[in-house]
Amino acid sequence: MKTNDIILQTVTKFTLFVIILFSIHLFFAGHYYPGGGFIGGLMTSGAIVLLLLAFDIKTVKMILPVDYLKVVAVGLLFAIGTGAGALFFDKPFLTHAYTYAYLPLLGKTSLHTAVLFDTGVFLVVIGVTMTIIQTIGESE
Amino acid sequence: MTEMEIVKFFAGLFILIGAFLSLVTAFGLIRLPDVYTRNHAASKSATMGVMLVLLGTFLYFWLIEHHFNSRLLLGVAFIFLTSPVAGHLIARAAYNSGVKLSDRTVQDDLAKARKKMKAEEKL
Repeated sequence: MKTNDIILQTVTKFTLFVIILFSIHLFFAGHYYPGGGFIGGLMTSGAIVLLLLAFDIKTVKMILPVDYLKVVAVGLLFAIGTGAGALFFDKPFLTHAYTYAYLPLLGKTSLHTAVLFDTGVFLVVIGVTMTIIQTIGESE
Repeated sequence: MTEMEIVKFFAGLFILIGAFLSLVTAFGLIRLPDVYTRNHAASKSATMGVMLVLLGTFLYFWLIEHHFNSRLLLGVAFIFLTSPVAGHLIARAAYNSGVKLSDRTVQDDLAKARKKMKAEEKL
């Protein structure tokens, strides 16, 4: 029987952006408020799972042509890189540094290298959850 | 009454009405005869109830604590958008898997359309 998913697909198109924006907000709020790389990554992969529910697996692969195993690798590289960066400044492994910068448009912003480590966590979480869900979804 | 008390009164009123609507939902889920009427109760009044509770919370934190929490507004919009769609999908899944309507049902227009579609598939 032919299915008609137009209501689900239309609502998905709207809510996807809300979910992605909220996950980015959670990711950047992580230093001062509840949130961080883990929950942000989980919510981003939740948005991709919503896309997978509303559309089929081939369409989602066409929209997001990403190899999620490589996403995991890049995330781990981020984490190792920020840890190893401290070694160049004669500090122990995983020492983080921060500074306050006056950026155009944003004003006084605190820049912290822990954000880069969090980016690693974010990417690894997205990669792992999407790899699990896609491999289960693809097996017949 | 001072300004604070008026704001507190309205925030409390919204939260109370929201809680009452959630209670109505629970009664509807227990008392209504079949899946579709129960789904109707759950997806309508629960949506409104949760939205009112969130709105009351938002008003309280905005006007008493002076903290504009945009996430609560986003939650209101999100629930308003998604909860009826969830109800629609559950009802459709129930109908497509052949859940019977209540005995008191007088009309089922979708059955005719489904029969026609099945006949066309066989041709």
